[in-house]
Amino acid sequence: MNGVHDMGGMDGFGKVEVEANEPTFHHSWEGRVMAMVRAMGANGGLNIDMQRFSRESIPPAVYLSSSYYKKWFLGLTSTLLDRKLVGADEFAAGHSLHKSAPLPRGTFGVKDVERIKTRGSFQRDVANPPAFKPGDKVRMKNINPPTHTRLPRYVRGHVGTIERINGSHVFPDSFAHGHGENPQWLYTVVFSAAELWGADADPTVKVSVDAFEPYLDRA
Amino acid sequence: MATHEHDHDHDHDHGSELSEMQLRVRALETILTEKGYVDPAALDAIVETYETKIGPRNGARVVAKAWADPAFKKALLDDASKAIGTLGRVGDHLIAVENTPERHNIVVCTLCSCYPWEMLGLPPVWYKAAPYRSRAVKDPRGVLADFGVTLPKETEVRVWDSTAETRFLVLPMRPTGTEGWSEEQLAAIVTRDSMIGTGLPKVLS
Repeated sequence: MNGVHDMGGMDGFGKVEVEANEPTFHHSWEGRVMAMVRAMGANGGLNIDMQRFSRESIPPAVYLSSSYYKKWFLGLTSTLLDRKLVGADEFAAGHSLHKSAPLPRGTFGVKDVERIKTRGSFQRDVANPPAFKPGDKVRMKNINPPTHTRLPRYVRGHVGTIERINGSHVFPDSFAHGHGENPQWLYTVVFSAAELWGADADPTVKVSVDAFEPYLDRA
Repeated sequence: MATHEHDHDHDHDHGSELSEMQLRVRALETILTEKGYVDPAALDAIVETYETKIGPRNGARVVAKAWADPAFKKALLDDASKAIGTLGRVGDHLIAVENTPERHNIVVCTLCSCYPWEMLGLPPVWYKAAPYRSRAVKDPRGVLADFGVTLPKETEVRVWDSTAETRFLVLPMRPTGTEGWSEEQLAAIVTRDSMIGTGLPKVLS
């Protein structure tokens, strides 16, 4: 979706402000939100792309004025509702009122914490060989789906060069919407700054994205 | 963009977003616990893990080893997940990118906040915030200036936008004057920002 989350190349947000000696969490509730998001992913209730799409769907003015973990909380809440894991009446009551939905991996317990310290793998085998190889020129498709995509606006329509093949991975555009893993080849595609930002861009700058094969056309 | 609140975590704040958020988050945890989706003790353990066990020291150890051991460095640049897996458990799809006199690497996630948690812990607020996410791909030298970093004019600046489940760790250049140092000594000068590409290893005094 063409949301405000897709920030690459926007102007006007000002300088990067670094907080010295920043704590892991600024409030204890932030840690609880992070932990609930991880736990509801690990128990199979929600997947990472559903959660990303739910944050992207936060209204722009709210997105820009909310702290990071508040966005995670808002996204978690809406995804739990959408996936029918928690009912609106239960949110209103602050308690469980109905039978729970069965989860693929059951209750997330203490024994599961060790497992999530290591990232899961998104590699999935596919039958077809990769369509592109390093050195190939590709044009990023001009697509504007109202659904989840990991093709940022600032590269759409632009020509880059395949630099790496990163295997075949779960396709977020499908997985976010419950349409299965639909694995696709994943490439690192590199662009000159001039290609992305125009002729007066810094000639020493190159930018890459990791792009799935359905985003690419041969150039 | 609102700057982050710096007030402390008090239960008795009144009428603020903070107290409202505490209540809402507590209610959600109650619901998820009652429904049998999560055990609160497991949530405690996750929070503790990221507060005390997983942080930039993990990545610094890897960088120091790469500086000290050419064979490990080669393996790291070839397949970072596999190389780091020889030291301990690490997930897939980690890519190490090497800074050289000719090229400086900088990592961003313009779409959300993708970050190599296993190497660096949870990302700082600035990494997840609009100024960095918007400008890193268009004006990386300007962003570096915000961090007090100036590169030679001719150095290539390579920005890696983390748009998939690949994750990037910058291998900074080993500072001169560190010849013969132990991996422990080397790890101590590897900063978090030097592994994101927005900083350099600590200057030796």
